[in-house]
Amino acid sequence: MDTLALSRLQFAVTAMFHFLFVPLTLGLGWLTAWFETRYVLSGDQRWLSLTRFWGKLFLINFALGVVTGITLEFQLGMNWAEYSKYVGDVFGAPLAIEAMAAFFLESTFIGVWVFGWDRMSKKAHAAAMWIVAFATNMSALWILLANGWMQRPVGYVLRNGRAEMVDFMALLTNPYGWLEFFHTVFAGWVIAGFFVMGVSAWHLLRKNQEELFKRSFGAGAVFALASSLLVAGVGDLSGINAARNQPAKFAAMESVWETRSGAPYALLTIPSFTGEGNAVEALKVPYALSLMAFHSPSAEVKGLNDFLPADRPPVLPVFFSFRTMVALGGLFILLSGAGVWLWRKGRLQDYPLYLKVMLFSIPLPYLAIQLGWIVTEMGRQPWAVYGLMRTAEGVSRTVTPAQVWLSLGGFTLFYSALGAVDFWLLSKYARKGMEG
Amino acid sequence: MDYAKVWFVFWAVLWAGYFALDGFDLGVGFSGWLAADGEEERRSVFASIGPFWDGNEVWLVTAGGATFAAFPAVYAGLFSWLYPALALILFSLIARGVSLEFRGKVQAAAWKSFWERTAAVSSFLAALLFGVAFGNLFRGLEIGADGYLGTFAGLLNPYALLTGLLFCAFFFFHGQLWLSFKTPAPVAGKARRLAGGAWYALLLLAVLFAAASYAYTGLSANFLVRKYLLVLPALLTASLVAAKLLLSRGDPGRAFLVSFAGIVFFALTGFAGIYPDLLPSRLDPEFGLNVYNSASSPYTLRLMTAVTAVFLPVVICYQVWVYRLFRAPLGSEELRKSGMY
Repeated sequence: MDTLALSRLQFAVTAMFHFLFVPLTLGLGWLTAWFETRYVLSGDQRWLSLTRFWGKLFLINFALGVVTGITLEFQLGMNWAEYSKYVGDVFGAPLAIEAMAAFFLESTFIGVWVFGWDRMSKKAHAAAMWIVAFATNMSALWILLANGWMQRPVGYVLRNGRAEMVDFMALLTNPYGWLEFFHTVFAGWVIAGFFVMGVSAWHLLRKNQEELFKRSFGAGAVFALASSLLVAGVGDLSGINAARNQPAKFAAMESVWETRSGAPYALLTIPSFTGEGNAVEALKVPYALSLMAFHSPSAEVKGLNDFLPADRPPVLPVFFSFRTMVALGGLFILLSGAGVWLWRKGRLQDYPLYLKVMLFSIPLPYLAIQLGWIVTEMGRQPWAVYGLMRTAEGVSRTVTPAQVWLSLGGFTLFYSALGAVDFWLLSKYARKGMEG
Repeated sequence: MDYAKVWFVFWAVLWAGYFALDGFDLGVGFSGWLAADGEEERRSVFASIGPFWDGNEVWLVTAGGATFAAFPAVYAGLFSWLYPALALILFSLIARGVSLEFRGKVQAAAWKSFWERTAAVSSFLAALLFGVAFGNLFRGLEIGADGYLGTFAGLLNPYALLTGLLFCAFFFFHGQLWLSFKTPAPVAGKARRLAGGAWYALLLLAVLFAAASYAYTGLSANFLVRKYLLVLPALLTASLVAAKLLLSRGDPGRAFLVSFAGIVFFALTGFAGIYPDLLPSRLDPEFGLNVYNSASSPYTLRLMTAVTAVFLPVVICYQVWVYRLFRAPLGSEELRKSGMY
């Protein structure tokens, strides 16, 4: 493999690994802050137990999210030097702002929360977790505004042989970035909700601290249901957004080859594994694809045949990732809806099978969020910045394949070991249950 | 106003701030075990940096992000030309972070000692490699008309290795000063003696570094032209002397603050020496990346100046507040509650 292929692989490995930890942080921070606030307001020790239990899991997970994030920042310069030079004038700003406006806040106040139990009032201590939760979500905003610019570059001109920023407000209000932000953050909240439900289900199945774990299950279920609905709503808007701004990506997501108005949606589609076109296209719902893409039955949907093969994203991974993600999203609404209903009826323990399903559902939202990023990033190919710079043009010229082989091998081994240890620690502390 | 020049100063200050802050964490990480015997004492060593190291490391992320935003060509050059060094720094920082986080999660002695060793090795490597990287910056890189011509082995030249050792000695001294007033008596006493001894090594390396910089690099040229810049190395020297005097008089807290200033003045001396370059070329000054040929557009620099002027003072305020909040060392009850140690 050449430096380009290796660098892409390394970016995928390190970004996907990083994104095993970040999304849980996005949601579990809010839940922990909520539990602690209930404790502060009521003085009820049970809320404190919940705070400490979920806070500890938050921290074990948080540690890996922080340390693996630096890799992504460094890597842009290490492996993608030409990219960094060409777009740094625009793209660097949101990254630097993220560090100053959000990352400092979260990294400083997490220390306050962990060590500050006896050094401040209860209210101030709870406030520290609210700050951490807010700051982690703000981090996501700046990172996704940067990514949104790669998807739909705005507010720049080509000058001095590079992209230069001329309108920061355009970058700040880029709808692509905001849709990615809400979709990602809500998906992270779904992960947190399912994580809390799954771990609580494990304890409920063992009749362990049932009163406490029913509480956390309920909070997780309500949070997950609300977030699943929100993520689906934003997902719908994101589809329209992709159809408008990145027609090749949208065509790959749906494996549409012919451009036509009033396009039907084939419920059963299997893209050809050998090249162009679909092997199977059946169960067509008239006008449905046009409706989905533009909320109008007669709208024209562009097909992949309208793009030169060199300008098309890889169809198979984008298509299957997208369909699987959407199906999982529907499943999350059903599962969390059932959870809210059973919890409100007080009948969770009457359905051990449901609890077991919820335990084994913990990985599903993780899978969905990774698939979503495959759609977003592979769907953008062959572009690094859509329509402006190709991925192949962005790779570092001085870095040799041997160097990337070594670093990629190092990351793979090192991350596997760290992931295994962190998973083991998480399950150890999750199974331990709550203190007093 | 020439914003590119303003950003050179910001760039220098962010790196200086990172070295002075993470410097003591890294120093404690690789040399703290020398001052601690037994689990109880080692726990107090790790607890002393527990609330701070993460916030300190963000200075690196910010320095990196600011380089990206303000000097994209420097960011691209520094990180891709020094690829193997940067990869090793990354591995070291990741290992350092997780070892601090994981150490207290399991009570078995073998687990703890494994992560303590990892913390020591990774902190030392990070300190050494940062020194090597910036030593090469001060010395100049083999940058030709078509970009970088050097090799990884070439980065391990004697001058860069000397700078690496100087970083290690400075962080060792800095870290031991921190332990001298942030840990209970037996550890603090040992740390004071270690800091006192390390000072001589630090002084020797600093003198060697100054001589080598004068003899083998172009670092001194700026100081001879703009004499007022000599205030930076003068303040560095004064800080080194004052830190030793304060330590001998039994005031390690003030000695630490002075050593903090010393690291800042050391970094600023180096950056003043390479100005207007950020990545100087050894082959021909023409090919260096400097404030004129590698800065972002005035629009972006103005935006980043405004952002920094608003956020950085706020960050400094709450970080100072956190240092004051945890002024008194953490008690054993607090450590139990934190669930970290």
